[in-house]
Amino acid sequence: MIWIYLLILVALSVAAYLGGRALAVRRAVGAKPHSRPGQHGAYALIWVAAPALLVLVLMSLFSAPLERQLTAVDTPPEVAALDPFRRDAFFADAHRLGRGEPALQIWERPLAEQLPVEARRMVSIERTLKWGGGLAAVLAAVLGGLFAMTQIRPQIRARNRVEGWVYGALFVCSAIAVLTTIGIIASLAFDSFRFFQRVPIFDFLFGTQWSPQIAIRADQVGSTGAFGAVPLFAGTLLIMAIAMCVAAPIGLLSAIYLSEYAGRGTRAVVKPLLEILAGVPTVVYGFFAALTVGPLLRVFFNEIGLFLIGGPLDGLGHYLALVQNQMALTAGAVMGIMLIPFVSSLSDDILNAVPQTLRDGSFAMGATKSETVKRVLLPAALPGIAGALLLAMSRAIGETMIVTMAAGLAANLTFNPLDTVTTVTVQIVTLLTGDQEFNSAKTLSAFGLGLTLFMATLVLNIVAHRIVQTYREQYD
Amino acid sequence: MKTRIFRSAEDQTGAGTADPTHAVRMGGQVLPAAVSEASETAGDADRIEAAAESSRQADQTVVATPPTGPIKIAARDVSVFYEGKQALFEVSLDIPDKTVTALIGPSGCGKSTFLRTMNRMNDTISGAKVTGRIAMDGEDINDRSIDPVLLRARVGMVFQRPNPFPKSIYENVAYGPKIHGLVSAKSEMDGVVESALKRAGLWDEVADRLQSSAMGLSGGQQQRLVIARAIAVNPEVILMDEPCSALDPIATARIEELIDELRERFCIVIVTHSMAQAARVSQRTAFFHMGRLVETGDTEDIFQNPRERRTLDYITGRFG
Repeated sequence: MIWIYLLILVALSVAAYLGGRALAVRRAVGAKPHSRPGQHGAYALIWVAAPALLVLVLMSLFSAPLERQLTAVDTPPEVAALDPFRRDAFFADAHRLGRGEPALQIWERPLAEQLPVEARRMVSIERTLKWGGGLAAVLAAVLGGLFAMTQIRPQIRARNRVEGWVYGALFVCSAIAVLTTIGIIASLAFDSFRFFQRVPIFDFLFGTQWSPQIAIRADQVGSTGAFGAVPLFAGTLLIMAIAMCVAAPIGLLSAIYLSEYAGRGTRAVVKPLLEILAGVPTVVYGFFAALTVGPLLRVFFNEIGLFLIGGPLDGLGHYLALVQNQMALTAGAVMGIMLIPFVSSLSDDILNAVPQTLRDGSFAMGATKSETVKRVLLPAALPGIAGALLLAMSRAIGETMIVTMAAGLAANLTFNPLDTVTTVTVQIVTLLTGDQEFNSAKTLSAFGLGLTLFMATLVLNIVAHRIVQTYREQYD
Repeated sequence: MKTRIFRSAEDQTGAGTADPTHAVRMGGQVLPAAVSEASETAGDADRIEAAAESSRQADQTVVATPPTGPIKIAARDVSVFYEGKQALFEVSLDIPDKTVTALIGPSGCGKSTFLRTMNRMNDTISGAKVTGRIAMDGEDINDRSIDPVLLRARVGMVFQRPNPFPKSIYENVAYGPKIHGLVSAKSEMDGVVESALKRAGLWDEVADRLQSSAMGLSGGQQQRLVIARAIAVNPEVILMDEPCSALDPIATARIEELIDELRERFCIVIVTHSMAQAARVSQRTAFFHMGRLVETGDTEDIFQNPRERRTLDYITGRFG
């Protein structure tokens, strides 16, 4: 049914365009029109399409609450007497029946008779709303079109007015992105606030123990729960540091190779390959970490440990012999591999942005390639590269899947890369997946973590952007 | 050219050691003796016609006047190809030492390409190939035994747009001496930087802010800084690729003065689009057209009595 309306609207729009154009030509007798006929046509088209779209958007936003409102007006007394929870279930079943699906519950005597009646009533309300909405849209389109027709004269500046509409449409699109971000922050902030009412913010930010389990019965062990986020942020930092140790040098050096040394043929092959690597889903990296790298590293360290036992480093040997699959090193190293294409691609762009004249200048002074890279290109590109590394860091902080699969879940406060650690994002996932009571401090703590993490990456991103910005200004 | 806007070329009035017959047979491209004799007696039009006729036949270079004094760079039959496309056709040119030689010609005529063969900058472009022989002090610079990196320390280059490195003024000048290990002590480096800046006429303007960024200098100052950077390694030759094209007239005048001063110590080759500039700063001029060297000689000669029609057309602004 909605298709019929859309077809009508499209037909109306086309008619408005053609009509507007023809009208502009016909009315242009005598005076030289400001805008071309096609621009008048576009102007008429906008006046047809925009009001109709507005009505449709409003209808889709408000039809659900409106429907509920209309249903509530004539609710029979038996239904009105039900408690809110059962009333919603009743209406849901009526709705289902109206669509020809069986009801989910068996309702008792007076209600069972009301059910089909209500179902029919709901169907009719729904239909009224749908047809009404469609008609309203068509009416808006027609009215808009008529208004546009009265406007078309040689003197009006249809071209500029169309330009105004374009500006408006673009503005709305970008406003949606910004508003969504603000909405996300607001919802995070709201739930975080509820969390911080239960757990003092100071305990959260500076507490060194994380065990969000809250006892169901009063006599259980560890009934209080501890919400010190320091171990989580320490784990996040540790894994990020390991990842950057892998990604920064390899990514940077490969960028230098690609932009300065590689021939055109090599570049044409390697660059797309790197970008494919960047497109591998992180869960695949997680697999790789958990099933390949983890066991490999464990065996490596265990063997070293066995070798050391009995020697002067006996203690270390015993420790290494018992290292497990899940450790910060695995997650960090694999995350570093994931970030290599990211770092390399960004740094490559930055190196390419360094003007060729600087390279020529350095070569003409008799510098070799590596001297030019070391003494001219890297210093010139350093701010940009620093920005790229900061962006990579904020990606490392936000990464979840690899850590979930490879680093474990135990919230240890440690900087030992061979220990299992957990990160903020992993905890958020474990807190919010599965069956959760939505009002407990345990679940709400996820929002506290989310907000803190958001703030941290926001600051990182702002700093990174500032740095990249100052770098850009230097050459423009 | 009615007005005399030339700087007199003192250097060239010295003892003419070069053999004139050698000059007219540059690179095996023999200029008929009749032409050079005709130039003494016949009228302008006849002379130009005769020369043009001969050069059209064999694309030979007309040598208006042979260079005097010792030859620093001798190019013979130099051709350059970019990705198989020929950009320069068998150019033969003698460049005397302690002289400013101007390479002129319309855009795309190969003058910058020729300039870049003299410090092997074409090596840095993939797909570029240079044939022929370029001898500097009698030594073939394209020979396998010559390290292009060391060659470029002997042949400095200044580019069209000032390209100081985004470092301090001091660091810019110290760049060359540092990478070539010319100085060991910091105090020695200070001296090198100071003398290079002084010779480039920039010292008085930047002496109190050597450590501030070179990017903060004006375009003309940046170009003089780049010249200071080039002369800090004590090169023998300085190549300049339209060094004033991005500068205003006042900055241009300063650079031109500087070029005239530097002539006493270096062999300078300058590519320029400005006829007036070529006339003001150079003693020798070479006119390029369509990848060929059309005519070369003393600047005064080229501008006043061009032997080729194309040269005359170009310097009087009829094309290019």
